[in-house]
Amino acid sequence: MTIYLNNVTLAYERHPAVHHLNATINKGDWLAIVGPNGAGKSTLLNAMAGLTTVHEGSIEGLCSDTIAYLPQQTQLDKSFPITVFELVFTGLWSKLGYTKSLGGAEHKKCTDAIAAVGLHGFENRMISTLSGGQLQRSLFARVLLQDQSVILLDEPFNAIDRKTLIDLTEVINQWHRGKRTIIMVTHDLEYVQEYCPKTLLLARECIGYGSTKNILTIDNLKRARQLSESFDENAPWCEQGAA
Amino acid sequence: MESIFLSPFADYVFMQRALIGSLAVCLGAVPVGIFMTLRRMSLTGDAMAHAILPGAAFAYLLWGLSLIGLTVGGLLAGLLVAALAGWVARSTQLHEDTSLAAFYLISLALGVLVISLEHSNVDLFHVLFGNILALDNTALWLLAGIATVSVLVMAFLYRPLVIECVDSSFLRLSGRTSLIAHYGFLFLLVINLVAGFHALGTLMAIGIMILPATAARFWAKTLDVIMITSIFISFSGCYSGLILSFYFDVPAGPAIVLSLGVVYIASLIFGHNGGFLVKHREKRHFAR
Repeated sequence: MTIYLNNVTLAYERHPAVHHLNATINKGDWLAIVGPNGAGKSTLLNAMAGLTTVHEGSIEGLCSDTIAYLPQQTQLDKSFPITVFELVFTGLWSKLGYTKSLGGAEHKKCTDAIAAVGLHGFENRMISTLSGGQLQRSLFARVLLQDQSVILLDEPFNAIDRKTLIDLTEVINQWHRGKRTIIMVTHDLEYVQEYCPKTLLLARECIGYGSTKNILTIDNLKRARQLSESFDENAPWCEQGAA
Repeated sequence: MESIFLSPFADYVFMQRALIGSLAVCLGAVPVGIFMTLRRMSLTGDAMAHAILPGAAFAYLLWGLSLIGLTVGGLLAGLLVAALAGWVARSTQLHEDTSLAAFYLISLALGVLVISLEHSNVDLFHVLFGNILALDNTALWLLAGIATVSVLVMAFLYRPLVIECVDSSFLRLSGRTSLIAHYGFLFLLVINLVAGFHALGTLMAIGIMILPATAARFWAKTLDVIMITSIFISFSGCYSGLILSFYFDVPAGPAIVLSLGVVYIASLIFGHNGGFLVKHREKRHFAR
């Protein structure tokens, strides 16, 4: 399904974090959202996931039961006493719900997903004992189990080593070949240039949206940096789009 | 020797009732306590316990020392404070502990005010310190009923609660579930506190929730084993508290909580999962 961002404004205390953004994301796109700190990247991703409300405009073509969302690791409580298997198993929540039991088929799905991200043999390890890379692998396994058509990744390779990055990129590649829509927020421009076909360069406003090699130009990046990060308490009301 | 430990329960019906009542409270309250410690809500329970007081006090003023009255009053006050605090936490930038603190203080002040209106407040000791040694049939049915409801609701909410604890964004994607888990948990907390205050009083009820769960963390690693261990700990705490209360003629509520306290301190020292002794004795490490 195509995703339409129609004149989207997202705001904190009515100061825009994303300002009048228009974009169309086709089914099967692999899109990177890049931009400086405070550009509104994660806010936009959260809005697509339905975690924050859209202040103005609309996001169409997304509904919560088609989305798999990979949060930043800092949002997790790593000290909670569950195993890798149990964490990955939660990816089946939308299928099993409150009461359906974990059958042989589901059990196999879990172990397969764990093996697919290179964590075979870690099933019974507590998540508190995992390294950052291993935890990220298990979160990817959970996304695998969720088996959704739209996959939102929030800084998936933050503080992740090269080996893990390459392994997990292979997982993303498989999703991409399977015509799933992938939208990732990242700071790693080199990565975007190497792997992501499309880019949205954001600095609260849209600096550029299109194929990566056309968007990640020196000029565009400079403009993105210049659009100030200032948060003006006395900013005037925005008139644009009021018409 | 055997008879010292068994005869109080064999010979006296009130001791049997006390044991059955307190074990029922444990079955409902301990799993709730485990999730509270894991969600860093250990002190929230204390706040909620205080929030229940004005409900019980109002009920006492209206109907006197009636079991049903106190229960309904306590439930209403607890659920109201929980709902308000949960709602404020979800719709403002303040965290739940802050809004809960605000509401429970209002509620507590109201409770103290109401209690002071009633001049002969000796009976209110029942609310503050419970009455485990004088449980009648209605009270036992009530405790058993609350324990049953609590265990069933907990089983139903178990998955979303675990998911919510590990990764709170995950369930918010699936809409209502996160709300159900959140308010369902507060509901469990309130009904168990009400059960607890009949048995141990508002001040001691929280002890049965938190202490076994905390002690069990020093013995068990996974959630299922923590559950079983803490239920076992809570049972043994109730049993030994009642025995102490019987032989040394001390109030049962504090005796039970103190017994649990002893288990907690012992676990802190001897527990093989992060207890002091293990930590400092085992200097060797694995090859890889």
